Amino acid sequence: MTLSVRATLMATVLCLPAAVSAAELNLYTSREPKLVEPLLEAFTAETGIAVNTVFLKDGLAERVAAEGGSSPADVLMAVDVGNMADFVEKGLTQPITSEAVLAAVPETLRDPQNQWVALSMRARVVYAAKELDLDAITYEDLADPKWAGKICIRSGQHPYNTGLFAAYLAHHGAEATEAWLSGIKANLARTPGGGDRDGAKDILGGICDIAVANSYYVGLMRTNEKDPEQKAWGAAIKVLLPTFEDGGTHVNISGAALAKHAPNKAEAVKLLEFLTSDAAQKIYAEANFEYPVNTEAELSPVVASFGPLEIDPLPLTEVVANRKAASALVEQVGFDN
Amino acid sequence: MAVTDLMPSLPLRRTSRPSLGGGRLWVWGSGVVAALVLAPVLALIWQALQGSDGLWAHLWAYVLRPALGQTAVLLLGVGLIVIVLGTALAWLVAAHDFPGRKVLDWALLLPLAVPSYIIAFVYLELLHSLGPVQELLRALLGYDRPRDFRLPDIRSMPGAILLLGLVLYPYVYLPVRAMFAMQAAGLLEAGRMLGCTRTRLFARLALPLARPAIAVGASLALMEALNDIGASEFLGVRTLTVSIYTTWVTRSDLPGAAQIALVMLIVVAALVALERFARRKQRFAGGAQRMRPLVPERLTGLRGWAALALGALPVVLGFGAPLLWLLSEAAGRIGEAGISPQLWAEMRATLGLAAAATAAVLAGGMIVAFAARLWPGGTTATFGRLASLGYAMPGTVVALGVLVPVAGLDRMIDQSTQMLFGFGTGLVLIGSGAALVYAYVVRFLAMSVGGIDSGFAQIPRALDHAARSLGDGPGASLRHVHLPLLRPALVAAALLVFVDTMKELPATLLLRPLGVETLATHLYSEAARGTYEDGAIAALAIVAAGILPVIALARIGRRTGADRLAQRA
Repeated sequence: MTLSVRATLMATVLCLPAAVSAAELNLYTSREPKLVEPLLEAFTAETGIAVNTVFLKDGLAERVAAEGGSSPADVLMAVDVGNMADFVEKGLTQPITSEAVLAAVPETLRDPQNQWVALSMRARVVYAAKELDLDAITYEDLADPKWAGKICIRSGQHPYNTGLFAAYLAHHGAEATEAWLSGIKANLARTPGGGDRDGAKDILGGICDIAVANSYYVGLMRTNEKDPEQKAWGAAIKVLLPTFEDGGTHVNISGAALAKHAPNKAEAVKLLEFLTSDAAQKIYAEANFEYPVNTEAELSPVVASFGPLEIDPLPLTEVVANRKAASALVEQVGFDN
Repeated sequence: MAVTDLMPSLPLRRTSRPSLGGGRLWVWGSGVVAALVLAPVLALIWQALQGSDGLWAHLWAYVLRPALGQTAVLLLGVGLIVIVLGTALAWLVAAHDFPGRKVLDWALLLPLAVPSYIIAFVYLELLHSLGPVQELLRALLGYDRPRDFRLPDIRSMPGAILLLGLVLYPYVYLPVRAMFAMQAAGLLEAGRMLGCTRTRLFARLALPLARPAIAVGASLALMEALNDIGASEFLGVRTLTVSIYTTWVTRSDLPGAAQIALVMLIVVAALVALERFARRKQRFAGGAQRMRPLVPERLTGLRGWAALALGALPVVLGFGAPLLWLLSEAAGRIGEAGISPQLWAEMRATLGLAAAATAAVLAGGMIVAFAARLWPGGTTATFGRLASLGYAMPGTVVALGVLVPVAGLDRMIDQSTQMLFGFGTGLVLIGSGAALVYAYVVRFLAMSVGGIDSGFAQIPRALDHAARSLGDGPGASLRHVHLPLLRPALVAAALLVFVDTMKELPATLLLRPLGVETLATHLYSEAARGTYEDGAIAALAIVAAGILPVIALARIGRRTGADRLAQRA
């Protein structure tokens, strides 16, 4: 009897995939690897849990959906609230119940059913040439013909832009948004494209006067030791925190969700708790120059220098609800063509 | 060649069914290969039928129509450049002798080693108003700041056309040069003896003779252009491929993306039809008679050097300048930090995947081409066409089409092992890279089918009959007769597939196994951040690894390989 039990046990142990023997978890993320790695290293150092990471720029949700119940994914991490909502719509997530996580992240920065939580915030700001006599700007101003041939922006279909446009749509309605987008298009200095850093680079390069971009790139450029050229780009610009005429500055989030079929759920929850902890939020603020969601954490000096951030009161769910319509408007005005 | 020379040209009866024993098995195999390629397409059609939540009317008016327009302009522009450049260069090298001609002969293939997303990335840097070229211009003209003087932005349609043309012209140059040098030599010599001037010789004889080869090369180049995503994305051109991507990614509208993908297949079908049309009545260039290379005309003095300068320009622009820039950037990084172990691992992963894909692609191509040889006719020809379908589909589309059925299969395997043995296998097919290799096979099978097909076309049927009468079955005749004769065609096809697999980006991005990075995905993830910290090293590695096969291709091309490629015509 004992022998057969032992044999069964032995067989079971031998048959178990090696992966189970050490604590580990699988992270699927569309975030830029270099931004996530310092956080994951700190997590592994603290908990001894190894993190296997799949970086997927596109198609994360499709891949997890296709993998279905066999998916090894434990944590899904992405930027843009729309992508987070996409996970929920595709049924790839499960509610987060950890008290620590829910205590750290304000309710406005979570899914109503806690299917995801925000990990950090980024503001969609305006970079302006240093020598430009300009101290404040509204999003509405961007369509003003006085900027003709002077604006740089990345593709209108990029989530950072569709998020902003969706917020505009929620504020002003479809007709006004279409006119606004046409106005911006008429003001562009070049075809929409590249990344947000290209906005600063092209301002230094004399191609445009102002650029629409995310807040954290400023810190990443100004402190870039690996590519010192970027310091010059960062130094050529000043940052304006634009507001809606009837609101505040548009912010988007990076977030994380617990995968529905997470095989290492306990470890996954630990990672979420770590990412929303003071320590990790400090890394988000200091190393990534993002706005922390945990209000206890302090801003980096570069980010603090932009001035006080007045977050647009529009709920993120409104941004999610309007993003497809915003994307359709982008196509309708031929923004990227 | 030697064997064929010995064969008397017997008036063989045209047997459409040589009925080699066991030949049916090859036809079945061919059908299976064709079905494997067709599966992702069917998965796509199924997805397209799911109904898009974006309205079709909207998709047509604001996405598809502009994308079709931009794609048409891009293809016209690239087509014009590759045809003019490829043919002119082939004529220059094949029909003239000048200093440096021997080097130029293979050097002109080098841009083939530079993927479109790398050349776009390099020239964005080189020609940016902060880049070295404009800096030099400002220094020469006495301007201080880019704000005072700058050139127009390269991020435009003309920019995209020029850059794609610069790396895609070898697709035309390679078969056309072979055609000039080998196939057309006799006729051209005859024309020369009859007193044709060089211009007339080119216009009246060489050009018409080269038409089939031009058609093959141009259609390959245009399919590459159609597939490109990196360069178009970086340069702000909204092609069909880019639209599929954005519709899928930003609108999360997979059915909509699948619908655009199907429209794209129609464009491809049009391209193929165009190629067939341009290749009609092509028989006059063939023949198994002993071929002498064309005797080139000597260009001496200034004319010789001018020829060299003219011929070297595309190499400098499409290969030399990007390579130099990458070298200087990479040298800086390596000097600071060395090559990371991670980069070595990525190099190994890249080479391993490319090798596996090449082997699978060659095997599949051999089955399809041999079946067509054994059973010429509608069925095997259809299988061949189906098997070649994937080359015209952008990597993203292939990956999407592959992901759904393969992930379903993976789930089935996982669940059945769980039921039978009590533990799951996880996702074996995706996890092992098999899914990715499958996508590569779908994407690149056309190259080996085409290459091996044209290789077979060079082998007289009399040899098959001889083998049969000596008692060989299909397998044995393949081993004894065909494989040895096919070697140049196989090597040429293998090298083309290898290089293209290494460069492949979108499918790799989507289907690579957990934790595996290739050189291309490394570069892309850095490009996504708008920084190229170690990207230059990865790019350099891709280009460097790509050079070796290209040189080998050039060497074989000088003998017979390119000749076979030209024979696809």
